[in-house]
Amino acid sequence: MIIRNGRVIDRASKRDEIADLYVADGRIAQKSEVRNQKSDVEEIDAKGLIVAPGLIDIHVHFREPGFSHKETIESGARAAAAGGFTTVVCMPNTSPTADNPSTIAWIKDRAAAVACVNVLPTGTISRNLAGEELAPIGSLAQAGVVAITDDGHCVQNHEVMRRAVEYARMVDLPVFDHCQDYNLVGNGVVHEGYWSTLLGLPGWPAAGEEAMVMRNILLAELCDHHIHCQHLTTAGSVRLLREARARGVKISGEVCPHHIALTDEAIQDFDTNSKMNPPLRSQADVNALLEGIADGTLSILCSDHAPHADFEKEVEFDAAPFGIIGLETELGLFLDLLVHKHRKIDMAQLIAMYTVEPARLLKINAGTLSIGAHADVTLIDPELEWTVRVDQFQSASRNSPFQAWKLKGRAVRTIVDGKTVWKL
Amino acid sequence: MSTRWARKDLLGLRELSADEINFVLETTDAFKQVGTREIKKVPALRGKTLVNFFVEPSTRTRTSFELAAFRLSADVINISATTSSLTKGETLKDTARNLEALHADILVLRHSSAGAPQFLANRLKASVINAGDGAHEHPTQALLDLYTIRERRGEIAGLRVAIIGDILFSRVARSNIFGLLKLGAHVTLVGPSTLVPREFEKLGVEVSYKIDDVLPKADVVNLLRIQHERQRREYFPGLGEYIRLFGLTKERAKLLKPDCLIMHPGPINRGVEIDSDVADGVQSVILDQVTNGLAVRMAVLYLCGGISTQ
Repeated sequence: MIIRNGRVIDRASKRDEIADLYVADGRIAQKSEVRNQKSDVEEIDAKGLIVAPGLIDIHVHFREPGFSHKETIESGARAAAAGGFTTVVCMPNTSPTADNPSTIAWIKDRAAAVACVNVLPTGTISRNLAGEELAPIGSLAQAGVVAITDDGHCVQNHEVMRRAVEYARMVDLPVFDHCQDYNLVGNGVVHEGYWSTLLGLPGWPAAGEEAMVMRNILLAELCDHHIHCQHLTTAGSVRLLREARARGVKISGEVCPHHIALTDEAIQDFDTNSKMNPPLRSQADVNALLEGIADGTLSILCSDHAPHADFEKEVEFDAAPFGIIGLETELGLFLDLLVHKHRKIDMAQLIAMYTVEPARLLKINAGTLSIGAHADVTLIDPELEWTVRVDQFQSASRNSPFQAWKLKGRAVRTIVDGKTVWKL
Repeated sequence: MSTRWARKDLLGLRELSADEINFVLETTDAFKQVGTREIKKVPALRGKTLVNFFVEPSTRTRTSFELAAFRLSADVINISATTSSLTKGETLKDTARNLEALHADILVLRHSSAGAPQFLANRLKASVINAGDGAHEHPTQALLDLYTIRERRGEIAGLRVAIIGDILFSRVARSNIFGLLKLGAHVTLVGPSTLVPREFEKLGVEVSYKIDDVLPKADVVNLLRIQHERQRREYFPGLGEYIRLFGLTKERAKLLKPDCLIMHPGPINRGVEIDSDVADGVQSVILDQVTNGLAVRMAVLYLCGGISTQ
């Protein structure tokens, strides 16, 4: 395969140039290797396109095993491919919970059989996500998880969390944390602020996230091991992270597109597609997230792709499950908002936040176009204007607040191991 | 039907204009007069079906709506949470669609979740009347409060109204705030700082934690029920301290202007938010509120039912 005349951007191999990219035997190759191939060589015209390492989304829920009416590994992988992603990291809140090696083995087998992109599992921190006893983290590591997390839940007991981080360090697994102090958050469903006050909805205060970000900074220092804070949303979290990273603490944070595309104002019609955990925040928080992205405090972009069936979401606001799908809109939203509209980062930085940064966190061999790497490639048209149509999604679910949004920029072709798995 | 009313639903006062609120109050005048006649029934909703759908328990609001519907000659069915299929796992949407399939014209909904009436209003052709949703709105209660104030004082604009008690969890407070501000009143919220967060100031009201400073200036005090049975312990230390800091005791009532109205949406906790003698005193209009509630609900059913069944 030859991808011709695109703008090849790869921070890992320090490339940003108009060039041809060669693929042979599922790997990024030298020009000479492709010439030597006997069969017909596929040529792709990438003029005007970005040729990026295959994008990585480190935060998705594929719902299998247990909730295949929301999403399957197969449909989720197709949604990933359609969004430009070649690798995704699945959260462990399945049923059974991914707190044991056999569930991990099942997910890996299933992914190998049906997924068109690379699906990497995580394991839990605690048994059954209960936050009390440690999951068999060493066995999970041997089974092939890339991180541990109780995502959707948060270990409240700091001592349990401390031992988990210490233990994970031994087996070299990063610890991801969904930062939520249960006492402060209580039954909160939306950001505590103007709109929760106006609408009488139970508030989820910013301090409920920040308390756990602070906890994680302290434990990362105490245990000298990496903790990655998932889907951060508040100005205070950005400030805490910025200060800690400046001191060299092994701490990082990720951002989801909905937390910069929307504010808590979106809840005023009680649309349950505006209900996610953590919740949509204030404009001041959005501004702080944008600054955190601009200065590198927040180093990773992801979707928190959380599929739910229509009948589950179409209920009273309090009763609706948290979460929205995001794989098929996130690149468009981030390109539109971060690169085009707010000009917070350039194209190369956006790609780095989806490639080298997550690859470094997970210590996986991905996110680069260097010679010999797996030929996972995403072709992006940064100028393409398009309209979100949820009925055309590959995902099995439709719970997106971005229906009919007009966005600029999207993936137009997704290549995994040298094979096109999706094309606009 | 008047050009001043074009809504099939009444979901809250935040969405109403001052003119719409005034129109409901004017319409209420006519229905209040009906209540004084020998025959208290009018044929306005004859042949229409009204469903009182109370997913959260209520006696007085449900009874008031039921009586209002009877007086308008509607057929009424009452469904409560325990008798509905919701307990069998049916969704709110499906239950409501079933009621609509039985040709219900008006659905009066009381629900513990904020936004539930709007959820149904967006999906049903029938009128949806919010009879209280979570801590969000209770529009007919606020309308009857406004009506009672207007009846006693002639004009609402310029009055100083103090709403006292648990504001954070109160739908009555929110609907009153929206309605009073639209009609030009000055609103002060009073209560423990945990139940009256400063965030409310952004709605255009004043927040005070000193009841003794507020009472002498008030033209109306509206006391909210302290829901101690539901209150999580951390919001205030106990009823004794609440009474000491915020209760409308006999002693405190002396601070009020002689013509200040004392209101309460009920049910009252005698000796907690209000002293028993004060509740029964000459300044109290608590029972007028109940009487006016019937007329207000007749007006609301008549106006919304007239739109949805056109």
